[in-house]
Amino acid sequence: MDAMGEGGGPGFSIGRRRLLTYALSSPVVTIAAGFGVNLATPSSAVAAPTPLMPADSVDYYDVGDSIVQFAAPTMPLVKLSVGTDGKVTLEMPRLENGQGIATALGMMIAEEMDVPLSDVIVHSADAQPELRYNQITGGSSSVRCFDPVLPVMAAEARARLVAYAAQQWALDPSTLRVEAGVVIAPDGRSATYGSLTVGAATMPLPSAQPKDPSQYTVIGRFTGRLDARDIVTGRKKFTMDLAVPNAKPTMLRMPSQIRGQVISVNNVAAVKAMPGVIDVVVVPPGGAIVPRQVGVAVMADTFGQAWDACRALDITWGDGTNKGQSNESIFAALRAANPPLAAPPSGALTIDGEFEFPPATACPLEVECAIVDARADSAEIWAGMQTPIVALQATAADLGLPEDSVKAHVIPSGGAFGRRLFWDPVQVAAYVSKATGRVCKLMYHRSDDIRHTRLRPPQVHNVRATVIGGTVATYEQHIAAIRLDARHGYGEKGTAETGAFPEGMPQTFANMNYEQFFFKTMVASPYNYGFSTKLLTPVTFDWNTVSYRSVHIQPARLVEEIITDEIARAMGIDPVAFRLEYLRLPRARAVLQRVAGAAQWGKAMPAGFAQGVGVHQESRSFTACIVELDARDPLHAKVVRATIAIDVGKPINPSGIEQQCHGGLAEAISLVLNAGLTIKDGLPQEGSYSQYHWARMIDFPKAVEVIIMPNIGDPVGGMGEPGMSAPSGAIANAYARATGIKPRKFPLNARDPFVATPAGQLPAPPL
Amino acid sequence: MPTYSFKVNGKAVKVTAPAGMALLWVLRDKLGITGPKYGCGMNVCKACTCLVNGSAVTACSTPVSSVQGQEVTTIEGLANGDTLHPVQQAWLDLDVAQCGFCQAGQIMAAVDLLSRTRNPTDADIDAIENVCRCATYGRIRAAIRAAAQKMS
Repeated sequence: MDAMGEGGGPGFSIGRRRLLTYALSSPVVTIAAGFGVNLATPSSAVAAPTPLMPADSVDYYDVGDSIVQFAAPTMPLVKLSVGTDGKVTLEMPRLENGQGIATALGMMIAEEMDVPLSDVIVHSADAQPELRYNQITGGSSSVRCFDPVLPVMAAEARARLVAYAAQQWALDPSTLRVEAGVVIAPDGRSATYGSLTVGAATMPLPSAQPKDPSQYTVIGRFTGRLDARDIVTGRKKFTMDLAVPNAKPTMLRMPSQIRGQVISVNNVAAVKAMPGVIDVVVVPPGGAIVPRQVGVAVMADTFGQAWDACRALDITWGDGTNKGQSNESIFAALRAANPPLAAPPSGALTIDGEFEFPPATACPLEVECAIVDARADSAEIWAGMQTPIVALQATAADLGLPEDSVKAHVIPSGGAFGRRLFWDPVQVAAYVSKATGRVCKLMYHRSDDIRHTRLRPPQVHNVRATVIGGTVATYEQHIAAIRLDARHGYGEKGTAETGAFPEGMPQTFANMNYEQFFFKTMVASPYNYGFSTKLLTPVTFDWNTVSYRSVHIQPARLVEEIITDEIARAMGIDPVAFRLEYLRLPRARAVLQRVAGAAQWGKAMPAGFAQGVGVHQESRSFTACIVELDARDPLHAKVVRATIAIDVGKPINPSGIEQQCHGGLAEAISLVLNAGLTIKDGLPQEGSYSQYHWARMIDFPKAVEVIIMPNIGDPVGGMGEPGMSAPSGAIANAYARATGIKPRKFPLNARDPFVATPAGQLPAPPL
Repeated sequence: MPTYSFKVNGKAVKVTAPAGMALLWVLRDKLGITGPKYGCGMNVCKACTCLVNGSAVTACSTPVSSVQGQEVTTIEGLANGDTLHPVQQAWLDLDVAQCGFCQAGQIMAAVDLLSRTRNPTDADIDAIENVCRCATYGRIRAAIRAAAQKMS
C-alpha cells in the first residue's frame, strides 16, 4: 500500500527500486567517534566543579547517552538510498510524532548531499528486529543518536555519486561540484543523482567527512516540516486514516476500575443485532510482557455504530487492582513511604516543603489506536509505536506466531509524549482480529483513553535545604511515586522481558533497577547546593504508568526551582542573582543572563502580577525562562508573557526547537496551573479535555519569545523534553511572588466541578 | 435506513445512514474523507471541525440528517487545486503544525473566523477552543493574523 508513508511516501514506486542503498559499514567507525564527542568532550558542561561538590554525574552520562550507546552497534543497518528519480530516502527507525525529528534528519541529509530538502523523504521504518535497541523513540535522544552518524552516511553517499560521475567523465572527483542534486564538471557537463545512482552502487566505498559547520546552508536555518503541506491539505495519513482493505471499525469499552475485569456481558445477542454490528468480543486478561487492556470490544461497519453498540452493552464489571483508591489514599501511602529527611544542623536556616503531584495523562490528541490483521500463519500491524520491535515480538507471542511472520508498520502519530512507549491498542486489536478472523481497526474512546491511560505517576516530594554561615550547605529531596513501568526496555524483547522479571510481580526488581537507572541518569541539579541528594522511592501499586514526557524530571526540577526561590527569599537575595551565584555551569548562567535581559527582570509589575524565573538542564541542553503571571485571582492564575532562552548545543532546525519550547511552556501551564487527574475508587474521574484541562488558546500567552543560543561547538542536546522544567519553575515562582502563597499542591488553580461519566460507561454522543 | 444527499467539497454525494449518525463517521467511514479527525466525539476538542454552508461545525456532533441538501467543506476541499487558501498558506509560511492531528480543525476554525471578520481581535482568536496537545497556539495566532492581512 502506498498510503503508509510520511511526507512523500506514495511516490515510492517500482521504478525507485533500482536504487543505490547506502547502508554502509562505516558508521560504526563514525558512531565511535560520536561517542568520543558525547562522552569525552564535556565542553563547558563540567567546567570547574566547586570544592564542595563534584559535578553532577548526569553531566558525564545521561539516559540519552545510554540510548545513543545502545543504538550504535546497529546503525550500519539503517538505510539511506538514492532513487533513479533523484529522491533520497531515509528509513528512519524512529516514530515521527510531531516532535520534528524527520525534518531535522532530512535537513542533515540535504546539507551533506547538497540536495533540495524537497527531494528528501524520511519514512518511519517498519519494525526491524535486527536493529535491536536502535528503534526506540524516547529520552529526547533521536537527534542525538543520528547527529554523529547520518551526516557521515550522507557525505559518503554524495562522495560515491561524485566518484562515479568522475569515473564516467575521466576527471578527478575533487574537480566536481554538486548543486541541488546535480553533479557538475568544470567544463559544464552535468548529471543528476538519479542518473548516477545505479552506476554509483558499483563504486568502492570512499571516505568522506561531513561539512564544517561554517559551511552549513541548511542546518541551523528555520525550516518548515517535511509534511507541512500534507498536513494543511488533509493528506497526512494517521493510523485510522489508512485504507487497509476490509479493516473493520472497533471500539473497546473498558472496566469500571483500572485493571478491572469483565464478569459477564448480559446482552450480547441484543447488541449483536444492532445495526452495523459485526461482532462482540470479550478481551480477557493476558498479553506478553505487559498486561493487555481488558474490556468488551464491538466491531461494526462504522465507528459511529461501534460506539452506539459499546454504550448499549450491559456488562457486569469485576473490581480492579486499586479498588477504593483515591488521590488522597495514594498521597497518604506515598507520604508514608518517603524516608525522613535528615535533621538540620543546629543554627542552620532551614527551608522545608512537602509537594503533591496528582497523576497526569499524556493525552495525545490522536487517541490510542491500531490496525491488526492477524491470520493463521502471519500478522500485520499498523500503529504509531515508540517501540515497534517489542510490540511486534510481543504480538507474535500473543498470537502464537513466529516473529518473522509478523510485520509492523510504524505510522506517524498524532502526538505521543511517552504514551506510545507501550503498545496496548496493538495487543487488543491483535486479540480481536484473531478472535473474529477479520482485520481489526481499533480506536479507544477518548473517555476510556484518559481513564485507562498510562499515568504519569502521582508523587509526593519532601524537601529540606539548609543554609549555614550564609551559604547553602545541604539540599535533600525525597520523592515517593507510584512505580514507573519500564517494561518497554530499550524497545526490544530482551531488555523488556528483563524489566518484567520475575513475571507476575507488579513491581519487579528489574523494573526497579531500570527506574532507578533512568532517575539517576535523567534528574540533575544545575546548582551547587553542597551536599545535594535526590532520592526516589518507587511505591508498588498495580497500576498502568509510563514515562510521560520528562517524567521524573519536570516535577523534581520544578520543586527544586521553587525551593531555590524560597532559599533566596530567606537569604534576602534576588532570585536571579542568587541563581547566578549558585549555578554550577557557565551554559546555565548564560541562558539565565540572556533571559533576564530580554525579559527585563525586575521591572515594575501591577498589583496581582509578578515575574518568576526558572533554570534547567536536561539531556545536554540548558534553558531558562521568565514568565509574567496574572494572579489577581489566585484560583485562576494565567501566564501572560514568557521569555525562554534555550541552548541545545548545535541547533539543527530553529523552527522545531521553538516549537518544542512552546510545547514545554504549554506543558508547564497545564501541569502547574490547570491539569491533574482525580482518582476515585480506582478510576480517574476525568474523561475529556473539558474535565482534564490541557492548555487551550486562551491559556497560552500572547507574548512568547524563544531565544536560541548560537552554536559554539557543543554537541547537540535533546529537545523533546528539556523545555518543560524551566517554565514550570518560573510559573510556580511567579505565583508565589504574586500571591504570597507557597506552591505546594498541583495544579495550583481551582478545578471546576464536573459531572463524571459513571464508571464503566461511555458518554452519549451529543447528537 | 434513510438516504441523504448533500455536497462535500463541491461534489454531490448520496449516503445511506441512520439519521442520528454523526457527520464525522459518514465522512470518514462511508465516504473515505479522513481530514476531519476524531479526538473526543463530544464537541470538546474540535479536531473534526468542518464547514457547513461556510460556517464551522464539529462533525462529531452534527447528525447527518441535518446536512441534507447542504454544502459541507472539509480540509480537503479548502484549496483551489494547487493554490492553497490564504489560511493554509499562512500555516505553511509560519510552519505552524507539529504532529498535525488537530490542524485540519484549527485551519477550518480559522477560516470560519476570518469569514466572519477580517480583523479578528485577540478575544476572537481566544474563543477558538480547538485543543492542540503539541501547543501550536502561538503560531496559530500569528498565522491567523497573517492570513487576515492577506485576505483584506
